[in-house]
Amino acid sequence: MAVILDAKGLNKTFGAVTAASDINVAVEQDSVVGLIGSNGAGKTTFINMVTGYLKPSSGSIHFDGRNITALSPRQITRLGICRSFQIPQLYNTMTVHENLLVGVGIVAAAGNAWGGAHSAAYSDPEKAVDAMLEEFGIGAYRNRDAGLLPEGTRKLLDIAMAMVVRPKILLLDEPTSGVSADEKFSLMDCVMAAVREHKVTVLFVEHDMEVVERYTHRVLAFYEGRIIADGEPAVVLDDVEVRKFVIGDHAPAAASGGGHA
Amino acid sequence: MTRDRTVLALLVVVAVLLAAGPFLPRWMISLFNVSMGYGIVVLGMMLLMRTGLVSFGHGLYYCLGAYAAGMIDQIWNVSDMLAMIGGGIVVTAVVSTILGFLLSKYREIFFAMLSLAFSMILYGLLVKSASLGSTDGFNVAAKTLAGMDITGKGLRLTVYSVTVVVMGIAALLLHRYLASHRGRLAGAIRDNELRVEYMGASVRATVHVNYVISAVLAGIGGALMAINIGHIDPEMTYWPQSGEFVFIAILSGTASVFAPLGGALVFETVRSFAYEYSPNTWQMVLGITMLVVMIFLPGGLWSLFTRKKVAA
Repeated sequence: MAVILDAKGLNKTFGAVTAASDINVAVEQDSVVGLIGSNGAGKTTFINMVTGYLKPSSGSIHFDGRNITALSPRQITRLGICRSFQIPQLYNTMTVHENLLVGVGIVAAAGNAWGGAHSAAYSDPEKAVDAMLEEFGIGAYRNRDAGLLPEGTRKLLDIAMAMVVRPKILLLDEPTSGVSADEKFSLMDCVMAAVREHKVTVLFVEHDMEVVERYTHRVLAFYEGRIIADGEPAVVLDDVEVRKFVIGDHAPAAASGGGHA
Repeated sequence: MTRDRTVLALLVVVAVLLAAGPFLPRWMISLFNVSMGYGIVVLGMMLLMRTGLVSFGHGLYYCLGAYAAGMIDQIWNVSDMLAMIGGGIVVTAVVSTILGFLLSKYREIFFAMLSLAFSMILYGLLVKSASLGSTDGFNVAAKTLAGMDITGKGLRLTVYSVTVVVMGIAALLLHRYLASHRGRLAGAIRDNELRVEYMGASVRATVHVNYVISAVLAGIGGALMAINIGHIDPEMTYWPQSGEFVFIAILSGTASVFAPLGGALVFETVRSFAYEYSPNTWQMVLGITMLVVMIFLPGGLWSLFTRKKVAA
């Protein structure tokens, strides 16, 4: 499978604090990669560097063969890397429908500068938004202000807003945090169905190992700014260092009940 | 899909105002002219406020529009109304495009105070410019409209009619803009700039464009006021003038292009009558009016109509 995202030798320091140290990651197209690690391990710093929110102190990031290390979040988004946030970033005084309409409008207005196929798909913005609402199962909230939504729906809308600009890579920062145990799998099922439909490569930060085990093809375990394990979920989650530093469990691994979705 | 009735309503309002013009008393025509001039400026304020910005210095463009209209007459002896308005548009567009590169970087109180600073710089320049009449300013007189002589008894009505039409066009274009993809970004920027950038749109470019549009609207309002009143002076860029625009914008609300127009009319009516009947305390009447509106209608006067719609 072709490599779509290639990060080499990424380092990020904030004064004396090292947030990322020699990160080397090559992500294959259409894969689903889980990023795990305790708080402050460097997962979100990695996502922030890939999406242009932070510039690496050294190292490079290539997307589809193009160096994106120095690009702004907007430029990176336009190339096809989008993200959701741990705390959903919505337009709170606008309705759910309007939140998505803004994204559709941005793509449609950009026209061929964004990619003719995308802008053509949004030739009827209202129809495109309704299709997105249906796809993410939030049609019932169409006319409700985003600021008044329950947390699970806020998360879904946040991810839908990243998907509405038709990314090639989607980075999700803790998609199930703040979501009830009952909702987390239905939320992830919905998101994974959408990314499969649109052939999107996914990287997501997650603390819930059940979710990681169930939805990823590959797991990167972060600890103190470094990647300490990289491989298939069953292998990484059973790694001694990962169990010690990430999962916080020294007992032998339990039998895996999950599988790739 | 809900039908947009604003365009139709605007056309009806313009038609009614034009038809009523010949029958209106002089004082009412003056009141409408001033209200519409202010209303056009506040349309621009509304756009900025929808973008999450408040300018305490829009007197700058109001004054520039007026001086551009006056100086066309002074320097080139061009006293055609349309040319004077066009002069206001060009000058404000150029100046706001230049200043916008700096101002679009700032938000909240920094944007407000920086815009105020620019308006006070212009004030300082004008009061020191003897050739422009210093603090006294100078007179402005429109003599033709698209080449037709309008001097004489019909002048007042012609100015009124042109003001009505220009107001209608400005409101219509702004309404269409607000309903467009870029116009919709204004509210998105006010709510969450980070998300706008992560959806691939430029916050700074959108703020810049909206700033220029609002400045041009202020310039049109200024040019119309110069033609209507027949005199311009540096007070047009002094800070209380800018404060009045903010006052009207808050009084009106920002939910519709009708809000600034109606708000300006209410403001000017209250001021005129307060000044007439209570010349020493008219500011207090305006202050109380604002207080009442802010307490009972925090969304501005226009929320009276939107409340009714929600209730229905």
